[in-house]
Amino acid sequence: MNEFSKPIPVADADSATYWEGCREGRLLIQRCSECETLRFPPNRICAACHSDKVKWVEASGKGRVYSWIVVNHPVPREVYGDDVPYAVALIELEEGVRMVSNVIGCDPHAIAADMSVEVVFESGGEGVVLPKFQPMAG
Amino acid sequence: MFRLRDKYAIAGVGETAYSKDSGTTVLNLAVEACLKAANDAGVDVKDVDGIVSYNFGDSAPAMAVATALGIPDVGYAVDFAGGGNAANLITLSAAAAMEAGLARNVLCFRAMNGRSGFRLGGGRQMQARGITQHTAPYGWITYPQAMAMWARRHMIEYGTSAEHLGQIAITFRDNAALNERAMQRTPITMDDYMASRFIVEPFRMLDICLESDGACAVLMTDAERARDMAKPPVYLMGGAYGGGPNQGEDLFDAIRWPDHSKNYAAFIADDLWASAGVGPKDIDVAEIYDCFTYSVIMQLEGLGFIKPGDGGPYCASGAIARDGALPVNTHGGLLSEAYIHGFNHVLEAVRQLRGEAGPGQVAGAEVALTTAGAMTCGSAMVLRN
Ligand SMILES: [Zn+2]
Repeated sequence: MNEFSKPIPVADADSATYWEGCREGRLLIQRCSECETLRFPPNRICAACHSDKVKWVEASGKGRVYSWIVVNHPVPREVYGDDVPYAVALIELEEGVRMVSNVIGCDPHAIAADMSVEVVFESGGEGVVLPKFQPMAG
Repeated sequence: MFRLRDKYAIAGVGETAYSKDSGTTVLNLAVEACLKAANDAGVDVKDVDGIVSYNFGDSAPAMAVATALGIPDVGYAVDFAGGGNAANLITLSAAAAMEAGLARNVLCFRAMNGRSGFRLGGGRQMQARGITQHTAPYGWITYPQAMAMWARRHMIEYGTSAEHLGQIAITFRDNAALNERAMQRTPITMDDYMASRFIVEPFRMLDICLESDGACAVLMTDAERARDMAKPPVYLMGGAYGGGPNQGEDLFDAIRWPDHSKNYAAFIADDLWASAGVGPKDIDVAEIYDCFTYSVIMQLEGLGFIKPGDGGPYCASGAIARDGALPVNTHGGLLSEAYIHGFNHVLEAVRQLRGEAGPGQVAGAEVALTTAGAMTCGSAMVLRN
């Protein structure tokens, strides 16, 4: 498998801190300094109160599987052919925000609704580190 | 809220053949469908002064089609950047443009070489920038992958099953068997459905729409002029577009959508029915956007035909069959007729209301619903004869 033919996230002004956190093994999400609303993906302006004052807070990394899919048919085949079947999930973090990631470390068909998961950091190629999730130990 | 009830009408419809390889350009497909729509209405295309379409950068611009048609005076030419969600938005906007005096006769079209050219079913760009930096790196790239996430959540929430989804595919295929335009006409059974391979669980191949080359067009005008044209008018009673807050940064992004067991339909229902002055019980035939089987369930629930959670059993009960309580996708839908991004649903609704639907005709159809969209945003219209 050619690891580097996979999409590599391109950090921007809003996300640079988030990706830097991943490199340090910390899952950072934004909290509005005015109204305290947590948000993901990162952006500049709070949709709730329009403040641009923001604090980065470290999420616990724990969450649950809100929904998930198992990819059987790889697209493109030359990139994902060796990975199928793989699971992609909407993870709801304890803090309340959701993110898209992979559930790894278990049979994709063993995933269940509301399954407890915790973050684990994996190389995404070219020096990028991706937050992924695995079943919670115990 | 849309408030032009019965003031504008569809006077003509036109379409190309649907195929896997049109052998021609998207521009030529668009021109063919538009000419046919004008001819169907008995309108000289030189009298058309508005043209509107929607695309993902995979079509011919409205201006190019106007030029190819030799339209001398274009007062309204717009391309919406959108997917299936926009299929009924363009007709609503055509009515709005006519009401504002920008145009009098408007062609609305969708044209695509969706199989031989730009295939929406494949991956989006493999770039991971903007919103896709948070999705694509995890191998979440295609529309079937995006929408399977919604179907799964409906299953979690309500126990919607593979059999429920399968019966939707079977029902639409039965309808397509009667439709000579349809690309897939061979009936399927539940065994066929269950044996169909998983593409992205919970979707099997037969949950996923076709990929097609083709074009569809309608000619719209005001109700008074429509009554003097070649075919009986199909009146635009009402319509709505939307999907509430947290629609995301593009059609694919639903990270912030609060409840994936319901889609845009739940957010436009009140405006849709109020604008049309009718309700679900008044609908004789419904052409429901079916890029995937599950989307039919969420739209019927969201628009109030049934309560949330009852959609799977309802669709599997025979209620949506041609002889059921609510005939749905009488042409075979995107799953079996063709994937012209939902615009073929509009043409089928017009045929049904004119009594021109052939063997698939629903007897006495007077009021029809068309919908467009499957995730966070979409559009719908109510039409009558
Ligand atoms: Zn705020």
